[in-house]
Amino acid sequence: MKGLLVVLAASFSLSAQDIEVLPVQGSVYMLAGAGANVTLQVGRSGVLLVDTPAPALSGKVIAAIRKLSEKPVRYIINTAADADHVGGNESLAKVFGSATEVSVVNTPGATATQTVAILAHQKLLDRMSAPGASRPPWPTVAWPTDTFVGDEKEVYYNGEGIQILHQPAAHTDGDSIVYFRRSDVVSAGDIFNATSYPVIDLERGGSLQGVIAGLNRILDLAIPAHHEEGGTYVIPGHGRICDEFDVLEYRDMVTIIRDRIQALIKNGMTLEQVKAARPTLDYDPQYGAATGAWTTDMFVEAAYRSLTRKK
Amino acid sequence: MNFVRIAIAIAVGGMPVSAQPLLTGVWASLQHEDQIERGPGPELGDYLGLPVNDAARLRAESWDPSRLTLQEHQCRVHIVSYIYRGPLNLRIWDEKDPETQQLIAIHNYISTYEQSRTIWMDGRPHPSPNAPHTFMGFSTGKWEGDMLTVNTTHIKMGWLRRNGLPESDQATLTEHFIRHGNYMTHVSLIADPVYLTEPLIRTEDFVLAAQDAANWLWPCEYVEEILNRPKGQVPNFLPGKNPFLKEFPARFGIPEETALGGAETMYPEYQRKLKTMPRPGGKK
Ligand SMILES: [Zn+2]
Repeated sequence: MKGLLVVLAASFSLSAQDIEVLPVQGSVYMLAGAGANVTLQVGRSGVLLVDTPAPALSGKVIAAIRKLSEKPVRYIINTAADADHVGGNESLAKVFGSATEVSVVNTPGATATQTVAILAHQKLLDRMSAPGASRPPWPTVAWPTDTFVGDEKEVYYNGEGIQILHQPAAHTDGDSIVYFRRSDVVSAGDIFNATSYPVIDLERGGSLQGVIAGLNRILDLAIPAHHEEGGTYVIPGHGRICDEFDVLEYRDMVTIIRDRIQALIKNGMTLEQVKAARPTLDYDPQYGAATGAWTTDMFVEAAYRSLTRKK
Repeated sequence: MNFVRIAIAIAVGGMPVSAQPLLTGVWASLQHEDQIERGPGPELGDYLGLPVNDAARLRAESWDPSRLTLQEHQCRVHIVSYIYRGPLNLRIWDEKDPETQQLIAIHNYISTYEQSRTIWMDGRPHPSPNAPHTFMGFSTGKWEGDMLTVNTTHIKMGWLRRNGLPESDQATLTEHFIRHGNYMTHVSLIADPVYLTEPLIRTEDFVLAAQDAANWLWPCEYVEEILNRPKGQVPNFLPGKNPFLKEFPARFGIPEETALGGAETMYPEYQRKLKTMPRPGGKK
């Protein structure tokens, strides 16, 4: 397989020292250190990725993948249309296939066409291809190649069933949760962002209730092994490997904050009054932020607008 | 020290290692210390003597005991920094390398919630911050004279006190196991950057048992405790709406402010301040 490796990765640095490869369970691994987590499923058929980080990190991600397997990369699944989750689609699809010809190992003269299918919900493709006036569309090569419009898309790969479950109007309107049924691992994307308050992108169809529904869906999928621990593992969009209990505490937090903001709205409070009431005070030391891409203020504002929006 | 000390100097790389008191055996929990809190349970709104911050207070205020009826909460475990306070039988044994007889780990089997805990003694590092957290956490230990000192990280979210005061999953735990004959003192220091302003120090005592005690068997299985509860509902009190918090200071004649705890209430000097504060019911 050495020849194939060289063909695929020749133009990239093979240094993977900043990307941490964590075995999760069964065939599933988590790559940490690339911004958003990358989920990897590796087996006899090849390699499947959930989410792709920024292009600058593609070389390191490829090197990390190649430490585990030199087999072809067949699928990329995207959980959300954010740059930290689809940003590497183009560079990885280019490297791993995109209708390039590769030599068939140990078969002199034979070549085969290898392609990488990028799977996502149709709404995610819409957000990439026609993101609206405020941002440019992604190049076509980065777009999902296979989309679905219903609740779910199923594929069978590396000896296990994989469910791609659409969660409507959650972080955005194109989010999916990926469930590896035999490995018993959920890759949750940014519906479960274990390092901050959930990012609710109202402009792209997200909602607070949808995030809560997504977290409850993960609780439905997960079965703990022993006293609410282990069993099904959950890879969050960002943060450490989790299990049902960790999702539970996070779900409780988002639900309790929802209840508080809902009650303040019912009492006729304005957004500024709701912010001043500090409905997230007890969770701020862990999840809050005064600066950065997703501050506590932004979360409270998104939650307020989501709950007061006309249906 | 009236127990038999196994004093075998083991040569490790040519260096003699002094003998440590074995913790091996079955230990029964003595509940004389903090009995009301540990047995019947703490009063709601009693945060006395705990170095908690406002975030911890609001979480406790919002906590509705009915949350424990949710199916995923029913089987939750007392985290490692709390479990030694409950009623438990504790079995401790050493794991040694069969070839070299070097100590690899000290194991704990805790009857409550059937928890198995490993304290690694072989100098291995703690896992990456991206590794999963567990109720027992990841522990490494070392003998410091006659005292076993243990450091634990990767602990799940839990409680400091069973009235809703939280301990975050960012907390770390330092423990000392000290044997005095047939008694053992367990000292724990919890550092929680999320909910504590200073480390919380607690102790419990154990007595050596003559025989292994009954343990719980089989993992917990949830049942439906509340019928027809809407899916996704999380019982909680809205800020300012918990009707039970004032019962504790009123019943014991303690200033409401004092009942809210904080680092200041841990120290003896606080008694002087307490004398100057008005009590509920006009008492001083
Ligand atoms: Zn993200």
